[in-house]
Amino acid sequence: MRELSLHILDVVENGITAGGNCIWIEVEEARQKNQLKIVIRDNGSGMPVEKLENINDPFITSRTTRRVGLGLSLLAAAAERCEGTLRVDSEPGKGTAIEATFRFNHIDRAPLGDMAATITTLIMGNPGIDFVYSHRIDGKEFSLDTREIRTEMEDLSLSDPVVIHHLTRSIRSALKELASNEGVS
Amino acid sequence: MAKLTIDDLKKIKEKTSKETSLRDGPANIKITVHMGTCGIAAGARDVMSALMEEMAEADRQDIRVVASGCMGMCSSEPNVTIEVKDNEPIVYQLMDSNKMRQVFKRHVLLSEVQTDFALAKM
Repeated sequence: MRELSLHILDVVENGITAGGNCIWIEVEEARQKNQLKIVIRDNGSGMPVEKLENINDPFITSRTTRRVGLGLSLLAAAAERCEGTLRVDSEPGKGTAIEATFRFNHIDRAPLGDMAATITTLIMGNPGIDFVYSHRIDGKEFSLDTREIRTEMEDLSLSDPVVIHHLTRSIRSALKELASNEGVS
Repeated sequence: MAKLTIDDLKKIKEKTSKETSLRDGPANIKITVHMGTCGIAAGARDVMSALMEEMAEADRQDIRVVASGCMGMCSSEPNVTIEVKDNEPIVYQLMDSNKMRQVFKRHVLLSEVQTDFALAKM
């Protein structure tokens, strides 16, 4: 994948398929520590231990439409390619947490890409699911919680195209602001 | 800490509430963007973004958009399925943002199936 935000979009869909109704997405760009960290957590069905052991094997998949499961393996490869790691914690019945780290300035690290598009695509395409997104750049944080937004919006649907349009723009400008004070990354 | 402020939300709400108060009617058209690993890698997010923009512009109350997983035809991704009530669902293949805009304007809004981009009837 060309952008890490596309990996996020992909792996989050796993959590939704696992029956989660709330997904936590954390992105941390710690430029001083030279590290980029992505954490994706769901409250879905979790995975049994045997499955966790083979988590990076693309031929282990619960899908039925094809015999190869690529999402996590691709993310693992993307992390390892730039001296990073991928960790998966899962407990049946409780959910799964995936933590990927990357060396921030590694030449092979894909750009994070358009996080705003990833988040709003998730919100629009999955009306019944809540998302909690937090993004830190060198200690400054942006956060968004669809559960809060839903209460605030009352009767308005979050998957309404006009709302989505404005949401994308405000996330995009908030992230730009986060990154701007620290110079070019 | 930067946050999506309540004021921002209020503004969004003011802008949208007038236009969308009638958006509870039945859905006559369902647009499915297939977003498995294969679809995303092939560009499904751009297709979805274009669709979101078209939807915001068209302001139609009876269209629903959903994301779904891979349907097993990875080589023809990004796939988009359009289901118009009382018609056979049409699967489009190898979509990009421009094709999505065309399909939306022609097929969804004017009921002209774009056979050039279609993969199959279902």
